[in-house]
Amino acid sequence: MERDNVKEELMTIIKPFVPDGESISLAENQDLINDLKINSAHIVDIVLDIEDKFDINIEDDVIGEMNTVADAVDVVMRKTA
Amino acid sequence: MEKHRVVITGIGVVASNAIGTADFLEALKQGKSGIKQWEELEKLNLRSQIGGQPNLSEVNLEEHLPRLLAAKLTNKGIIYACLAGVEAWKDAGLTPSEETTDFDSGLIFGAGDLSFDSWINREMPSYPIDRGESKKLGSRTISEGMNSGAAAYLNSILGLGSRIQSNSSACITGSEAVLMGYEYLSEGRADRMLCGSTEGDGRYIWAGFDAMRVLCSDSNENPTYGSRPMSATSTGFVPSGGSGALVLETLESAKKRNAKIYAEILGGQVNSGGQRGGGTMTAPNSEAVVACIKSAVKNAKIDPKDIDLISGHLTSTKGDPIEIRNWSKALGLEGGDFPLVNTPKSMIGHAIAGAGSVELVACVLQIYNNFVHTNINLDQIHPEILEIIEEDRIPKKSVNQEVNTVMKANFGFGDLNCALVLRKFKE
Repeated sequence: MERDNVKEELMTIIKPFVPDGESISLAENQDLINDLKINSAHIVDIVLDIEDKFDINIEDDVIGEMNTVADAVDVVMRKTA
Repeated sequence: MEKHRVVITGIGVVASNAIGTADFLEALKQGKSGIKQWEELEKLNLRSQIGGQPNLSEVNLEEHLPRLLAAKLTNKGIIYACLAGVEAWKDAGLTPSEETTDFDSGLIFGAGDLSFDSWINREMPSYPIDRGESKKLGSRTISEGMNSGAAAYLNSILGLGSRIQSNSSACITGSEAVLMGYEYLSEGRADRMLCGSTEGDGRYIWAGFDAMRVLCSDSNENPTYGSRPMSATSTGFVPSGGSGALVLETLESAKKRNAKIYAEILGGQVNSGGQRGGGTMTAPNSEAVVACIKSAVKNAKIDPKDIDLISGHLTSTKGDPIEIRNWSKALGLEGGDFPLVNTPKSMIGHAIAGAGSVELVACVLQIYNNFVHTNINLDQIHPEILEIIEEDRIPKKSVNQEVNTVMKANFGFGDLNCALVLRKFKE
């Protein structure tokens, strides 16, 4: 899958959890918690939605590496390669 | 200590026959039923296959709730509570702050069992824990399943900082929440309290009642006729989901901000028959019911003759004639002297923990709009009831008339009783 397509799918998953999700543009270097202000408890819901969407399994230690939008895209690219 | 007067300044409702107080008012006037047959219940071999589920498809949740909640909440009991609570808060002319906590306001919002509800809505073939996939529970299993979940989600929207409480007392949950809010405010411990209750709907909540054989199973082909409180042919209650919410406020606070006043709460009482003296897990001890009603009348400092309308618990079971007898005994009124009596349950079914608050919203609407709503499906009043009161005490169509004083009671599993007295506001 192309990186841009993955990013687009991730945006759809992430946006509902971003307090200002409708107006904000999700740049790849933004930190999910610090920049996008996503409640840290909701990261597990985002991971579940990503797992379902791409039919992949994301291990706990990999979740810890998913700090930015770009990190999340990288994980999906790697797992679906 | 001088007690504060407590008034109702906002109302909100989600019921099986209407969502929002404007539509609920019309539905009550017209005698609109919200009861349907559900194919799913038939497939699962429930004896009773009818019930009332508020029609969420007619509501754009994003217009009423924060975006994340509108998109992600799955627990219907919590969605109903949030819709009713936000409607009541806005109706009272109040606007939640996004940043600051309102320490002068609190909420008491009860529920039946929210965890039954969230299992349904996850639409999984079996519960993930038992498949060894507990990580699939996500982040909201606890917050949507805990009994305080409705209050917690509602307060994530409102940001209140006084007492935040969730009671759970079976079918008296809603009226008890309002009584507790009244007591808290009359002591002057806050300016306003949002009080109410909620119940979801569907197979996981209803099947246990079906197994007890307390639900109506003779109307699967004619669902709107199933719920017929006070009828000679009542065979069991018809379950439903829903939520009612009422903003209670000290009279001082309501006046200070020039709020619309729907009605005043004069007093009430809650008690239990202790599951003794005829009282059991499921049946009330009549002596305790009579004591509860008498005490509520005394606390409210009214003469029973001043009561225009009784909004009964009246579930469409064989307990209805006993309830009427208890009211008659407690108030010392019978025959043509007995007040008018009704219950919205003929239209909306029994919303279980949601019932008290939804029915209190109906009481407030009748006081504020001067009408008494109908009891539908009452082609044959139970003969034991007619031995106690005149037939014309039970309206079979909605009547426009002045309604000043209303008495409301609910009775619940565990032998619990709660009674409240509401009156049109006068200086």
